[in-house]
Amino acid sequence: MSIRHSLLALLQDQPRYGYQLRVEFEDRTGSTWPLNIGQVYTTLDRLERDGLVSNDGGDGEGHVVYSITAAGKAEVQGWFATPVERSNPPRNELAIKLALAVTLPGVDVAAIIQAQRVASMRALQDCTKSRRDTAASHRPGDTAWLLVLDSLIFQTEAEVRWLDLCEARMVQLSQTAGTQGAVRKTSNGVTVEEAAPLNAETRR
Amino acid sequence: MSVQGPRQVLELAKVSRTFGRGATAVAALREVDLTVSAGEFVAVMGPSGSGKSSLLSLAGGLDRPTSGGVFVESTPLAGLGLNELARLRRRAVGYVFQDFNLIPILSAAENVALPLELDGVQARKAHRQALDALRLVGIPELADRFMDEMSGGQQQRVAIARAIVGDRRLILADEPTGALDSTTGHGVMEVLRERADAGAAVMLVTHEARHAAWADRVVFIRDGRIVDEAAAMHDPAMLLARTGL
Repeated sequence: MSIRHSLLALLQDQPRYGYQLRVEFEDRTGSTWPLNIGQVYTTLDRLERDGLVSNDGGDGEGHVVYSITAAGKAEVQGWFATPVERSNPPRNELAIKLALAVTLPGVDVAAIIQAQRVASMRALQDCTKSRRDTAASHRPGDTAWLLVLDSLIFQTEAEVRWLDLCEARMVQLSQTAGTQGAVRKTSNGVTVEEAAPLNAETRR
Repeated sequence: MSVQGPRQVLELAKVSRTFGRGATAVAALREVDLTVSAGEFVAVMGPSGSGKSSLLSLAGGLDRPTSGGVFVESTPLAGLGLNELARLRRRAVGYVFQDFNLIPILSAAENVALPLELDGVQARKAHRQALDALRLVGIPELADRFMDEMSGGQQQRVAIARAIVGDRRLILADEPTGALDSTTGHGVMEVLRERADAGAAVMLVTHEARHAAWADRVVFIRDGRIVDEAAAMHDPAMLLARTGL
């Protein structure tokens, strides 16, 4: 999350002091990401150093008010116009774990997949429940939180489906290796045959 | 004073179901224990052929186990004759199927009222209850429509209304969103969730994780056995952690 850009965007609205920025940020994001006030002040210092905000002095009540500069406005515009970069390469501990597990003797890969499936399913249940509760409350400020929950639901569902595919591949690998066993399907109905092209790819 | 847990509506106790005999026998279910309480929504996930549909058929008395017991509201189904079983199915158990199974020459209200009328309820009363059920699933205005005048999602809502009409305490749904687009499927899950929140015991069989996630408990079935279970933790901190931020 870019706190720097978020605070700049809020200052584009109007000049504000640190605590106001924190409250405003949390209100607008449904308190999805609680902000540490120290983080806010450190970020404001850096923004001032970089010429993106200016220190307007005190408001008479002990608060230091900041406003956005022209350079700051350009920075915000650029932020909104640029797609968020996906981390590259994605650090996916589960993928690493499974990649290692399949190459090591004596590791029960199916058990790893199932344990992860239960954990992912539980997370998906939590997201779904939170989304339902939030949607039912009809609070206007919850829009951001609903969008975050939707995103989590899609991500977690994709994870479960990916686990199903992993399982299908594992079954196929074991069959290719000559292990006895009937054709099986994964929990979302992905058959071993359906996974075949992917498996062929991995063998290249 | 004793503290009682939620009332058990469905109980499967060491239920096994085997098809065929001898060398060709196939065990669809092996000693499955499962309960669903009033107000609880349980989803069963498993691959095709894992036994989940057999589980649903046994739960609703459409099939009988090879061994073990099925109890609906503490009544052992094994002890019921065919007529008694049919009566229990009409009164206490509601089914929702993937392909709706509605009768095209009847209106929505007539489809919903049908199980009541078969049970001897007076037509006017059955119609009134059908309208109540259609209201609960959010489509009272479609009562006089025929199936070819409704979308898939609307038809599935009619099918759910038929499954909950009267006083059904157990709702069994077999891939009820299979033929629907994702938005409509979401609506169907909302209705099932509402029924559970209103006190019904709901058991859903599905391939879709996103639909199973509406349940209080997700049961994983493999090769006729329940191998795992997931229950929501309702932990907001964990949700935040998952944002990776």
